[in-house]
Parts: sequence; structure tokens; C-alpha cells
Amino acid sequence: MDLTYTDEEEDFRARLREWLAAVLPTLPPKPDPLDWPGRRAYDTGWQRRLYDAGYARVHWGASATLRLIFLEETERAGAPYVGANFVGLLHAGPTIAAEGTEEQRAQWLEPVLRGDEVWCQGFSEPDAGSDLAALRTRAVRDGDAYVVSGAKIWTSHAEVADWCELLVRTDPDAPKHRGITWLAMPMDAPGITVRPLRTLAGSDEFAQLFLDEVRIPVGNRVGAENDGWRVTMVTLSYERGTAFVGEVVACRRVLVELARAAHKNGTWDDPVIRRQLGALHAEFGALWRLIQWNVSESEHTGGVPGVGGSVFKLRYSHARQELYDAAAAVLGPDALDLGREWTRDRLSSLSYTIAAGTSQIQQNIVAERILGLPKGR
Amino acid sequence: MDFQLDDDQRALKAGVRELLARRFDATALRAAVDGGGLDRGLWRALGESGFFALRLPEEAGGVGLGLPEAVLLFEEAGRALLPGPLIATHLAAGLVEGAAEGDTVVTAPDGGLVEWLAEADVVRGDATGAESIRSADPLTPLHRLPGGGDGGPPERALLTAAEQLGSAGRTTELAVQYAREREQFGQPIGAFQAVKHLCAQMLVRTEVARAAVYAAAVTGDPVESVGAKLLADEAAVRCARDCLQVYGGMGFTWEAEVHLHLKRAWLRRERWPTPARARELQAAALEEAM
Repeated sequence: MDLTYTDEEEDFRARLREWLAAVLPTLPPKPDPLDWPGRRAYDTGWQRRLYDAGYARVHWGASATLRLIFLEETERAGAPYVGANFVGLLHAGPTIAAEGTEEQRAQWLEPVLRGDEVWCQGFSEPDAGSDLAALRTRAVRDGDAYVVSGAKIWTSHAEVADWCELLVRTDPDAPKHRGITWLAMPMDAPGITVRPLRTLAGSDEFAQLFLDEVRIPVGNRVGAENDGWRVTMVTLSYERGTAFVGEVVACRRVLVELARAAHKNGTWDDPVIRRQLGALHAEFGALWRLIQWNVSESEHTGGVPGVGGSVFKLRYSHARQELYDAAAAVLGPDALDLGREWTRDRLSSLSYTIAAGTSQIQQNIVAERILGLPKGR
Repeated sequence: MDFQLDDDQRALKAGVRELLARRFDATALRAAVDGGGLDRGLWRALGESGFFALRLPEEAGGVGLGLPEAVLLFEEAGRALLPGPLIATHLAAGLVEGAAEGDTVVTAPDGGLVEWLAEADVVRGDATGAESIRSADPLTPLHRLPGGGDGGPPERALLTAAEQLGSAGRTTELAVQYAREREQFGQPIGAFQAVKHLCAQMLVRTEVARAAVYAAAVTGDPVESVGAKLLADEAAVRCARDCLQVYGGMGFTWEAEVHLHLKRAWLRRERWPTPARARELQAAALEEAM
């Protein structure tokens, strides 16, 4: 067991830290959360800077350890997170890199890395959330195109995306996991309607997509027809794996800020609150070690994060909610002020036990795939 | 960064598990519960295997290994419910004659309690005024100290955490095994989500505690060790309770192993630092980071 990094890794960290210190003060001010074009410009502008500095490729292709260091350092320095580039960099990109043809990689990867193109995700449907394989959006082959009709939901950044990673049903008669295909849909194709959805946090964070006979070239299919489920599992293992590294670092920073606020307003003297914060300090410390464990393990097993990601996500999503509950305890009546960032973050954190597979689904995954308990009700 | 067990560490862990399976199996555990008393033969066998001398330098007759290896050893001890003042004797190796070899049984006050006081050959620390109590754990005789507990080296907390981790792993294993075999309503109870989710949470608690305990062993950091104990206490106690629940009525009987894990986990939680104390120490660390 070794928690030290190699000289090359430490060197990477040092150079990155130096670069961040130089570039962050030159960033434009953060856009309003409701200004979608502004957010896109801000996030892709950051991606372009990373590209020019040689850091754009770190989300795939680099070692898991370098990625860990990158996310740790950028978050620690308060650099922008992937934002609108989330799907392109963490979902579609790795999927195309792993499963796409030479031509597809050439067409789609570089624009994502340069920040020229933004992707969104068309996986979930109104009747297919955690039971993703129940999706019904139909694709019928017509010459050199698929004609797609249906509806998608929870599509982040849909309003400003150029491409959508779309799961469609190409064989309605096959068992439900077997008749699915992965397509790249251009968002300017005729027949697409985007309708924003307002979240309980008050923001239009994501949207519904309505697809009415949208024609998508067959050449936009990644992987074989009806093999989309397997392709998707590759993507999701990334999402549940190391995608949360930066956020754990952020939580540890929030915890220190909370302690500072508690000192300032006197709530630190309340042993219940103080111990709550102490317990969270131990908790996020352990979650950070668990990330290192998972990253190290994935390097042993060839790069793809395993089901250990489900173990992490289960604990982390609840810990993050507890963190903002603790913030509310420190804030007192101010916890009801939507002008406070922690109040908004508390509302947003409610999605963590739902998004990317609910806690209940994750528990089934852990019980069945790790512990070997029988499938059932 | 290669935060995985290396081959030697895996072999060490497997070796201890095998030794304990041979020297302290289910029958021996039952006999210890019924008969009480410390098995000196077993103590010497542990001494011969290097259990107590593990971290003594080779030139002093030890094995010359470090805290990470000690943590793996104590994880196995916790898994097997091995009785005796193991940590106090391990920490006395090289300081108290015969401790390293397993010839001398050493105990020490820890928190407000002293275990195995009447059976120990040497007491390290002040046990003045200690009063015998009827121990809730049938495998650990206890004395209560009038003045309450004190600190002690952080590695003591970490080794306790390692025992808790081993216990949490074992009760998770027991629950899963039972849930696969026990049938109700025409199918294994493990097919029901209510049971499945209990088991999944047991694994999550254990694995989070494992990452914390192993990391603290590698860094040797006192704050991290205290944090590891907090998480491992929670894992051991909650996993034992959930295991008992999965066992149903059988879990409430003396025959099932589960209650022994729960009682020992409660006892270890009372060792320094207790969860309340550990949270305070973590809060103090947070203050330092401000």
C-alpha cells in the first residue's frame, strides 16, 4: 500500500498548479446561472484554455492517477469545472474513444477537447429513468438514416448543445436490453423540440426533448445496431467511477468554510453542530481515500472503473446532503435565504441520491454484482 | 500511488487467517465463551507467529514490519473474534519482557475500562481503584476505572479500528451467506430488496471504513487514525446489528455468532477515543485547517 505519487506525477501536479495560478486571475467573471449562452461560452472558453495548455486530454487517455491529480488541483484552485462540457468530456468522449470507428473519433473527439462542440445526454425517458432499458424512443431504418420519434428527459445543457448521445430502440421485439442502439444526434436536425424543465432549486437545469421523425445518418451510430446497452454500460461505469473526484475536494473546502462561518456566528460553541462538522471531516477524509483506492484499483484492472463506483456513489451522495444539512444548522434562519449559496446548494444536493441511478438502484447493483445475492423483487 | 495490498501483504493476511482458523475455530470460540479464561497456549502460538513482535526490528528479534501490516493482522483478529488484550500486548513488545514472545500477557487501561486485568501478568498504566464489572461481552472480562479514560498512542486507536473493520467484514459476510441460503415465501430472502439493501449498506460501511483504516496505517497520521476509528466503530456496530436483523429470530439466540460481534464492537467503541471524543478531535482538526 502506497499513497505517494511518482516524481513524474508530482511534476505534473507542480506544473499544473503553477499554470492555474497564472491563468485563473485572467478568467472572465462567472455568468448568471440562468444565462445559458453565457454559461456555454464560459465553460467552452475554459476548455479551450486547457486545450491550448495541453491539459484537455486528461479525462480520457491519461492514467487514472493523472486525472485524479488534475481534478484535485483544479478544484482546489477554484478553477471552473467541466460544466456544459460534462457529457462531451465524461460520457460521449470516452465512449466514442473506446467504441467509435477511426472516422468517428476524428470527427467528434477533437471538437470536444477544443471546446468547439457541446454534447448533451438523451438516455432517460419519462417512463425509463432508473429502469433505463425500458426506453421506448423508436428508430426505424430508412435507407441510410434512422428515423427517430419519442421523448427524452433530464437532458442537461440541451439548449446549447450541438450533439446528443441518444439511446434508441431499434428492435422492439428483442429482450429489452438487446434492442437498443447508441446514436449521435445533431441538435440542429429538424423535428427536435427542447422544452426546459424547472427544478425544485428554481433553475432550468435540464430539459425535455421531443423527437418527431428526426433523421439521423446511419454513420452516426457508435457500436453495432442493437448493441447500445453494452456501449452505454461502458459510459456509465465512467460516470459512477471517478467523475466525482473534484466534488469531494469541493466538499472538503466547503467544510472548512462552514467551520469558519460557525466560529463567526457562534454556532461552533454548540457541541451538536461542532461534532456534526467533526464527523463530516472524518467522512470526507475517508471518501477521499476511497477514491484513491478505486483509482488505484482501476489502474490494476485496466482503466475502466468497476462496481466500486457504486459503493462510492451510495455513500457520497448522502454525505453531500448531510454536508448541506450541517450548513443549514450553522446558518440558522439564513438557511431559508435563497440569496445564500449554501441554501441553493442544499436544494441542488437533493438530486444526488437520484441522478445517475438512484440509491435504491445502486444498492441492488452492490447486492447483486458484488455480494452475489439473487436477482428478485 | 499504488493503494492496494501488495503480494506480501496479501500473503500475510491469508497466513494469519489460516492460523486463526486452525487455532481458534468455531469450536474453540464456543469453548472460550463457555469456559472463559485466557488460552495461554494460543497466546504463545500467536507470539511464535510474530503477532506481537511484528513491528519490532529484526535485530531485536522482531519481524521488522510496519503499521500497515499490523493493521492487516488486527483486522483478521477482529474477524475471528480473537479474545485477550491483544493490542496492549502488541504495543508492549520490546518494552515488557516476554510480551513479544507471547509469554507475558500485558493489559493497559483504555478509555474508562481495563480488560483482562485479573489474568494479565503486567499492567501498563494506572489501574488504581479499578472495579470489576459484569462484562456485556462474554469473551472479555472488564474492570471500570473511577476517573474515566485518557488518550494513549494514536496507533492504539488505529489497531482498535482495524479490529472493528475485521468484525464489520465478518458480519457482512455472515449476513450475505445467510441471505443466500435462508428461504422464505419460496425464495432466498436475499432476493428481497429490503434484505438486499441492508446487505449493500453493510458492504458500503465496511469499504469506506477500510479505505480510512488502511490509509491511516500508511500515513500514520494521528488525526486520520482517529477518523478511521470513528468510521470503523460505526461500521462494526451497525453491521453487527444489521446482521442480527437479517438472521431474524436466530440472530437473537445465544447460538448465533452475531451477538458476540455486536458486544465486542460495543466494547471497542468505548475504547479511546469514543465517537463523541473522536468527533471533537475531528472538529479540532477542522479548526486547524481554517
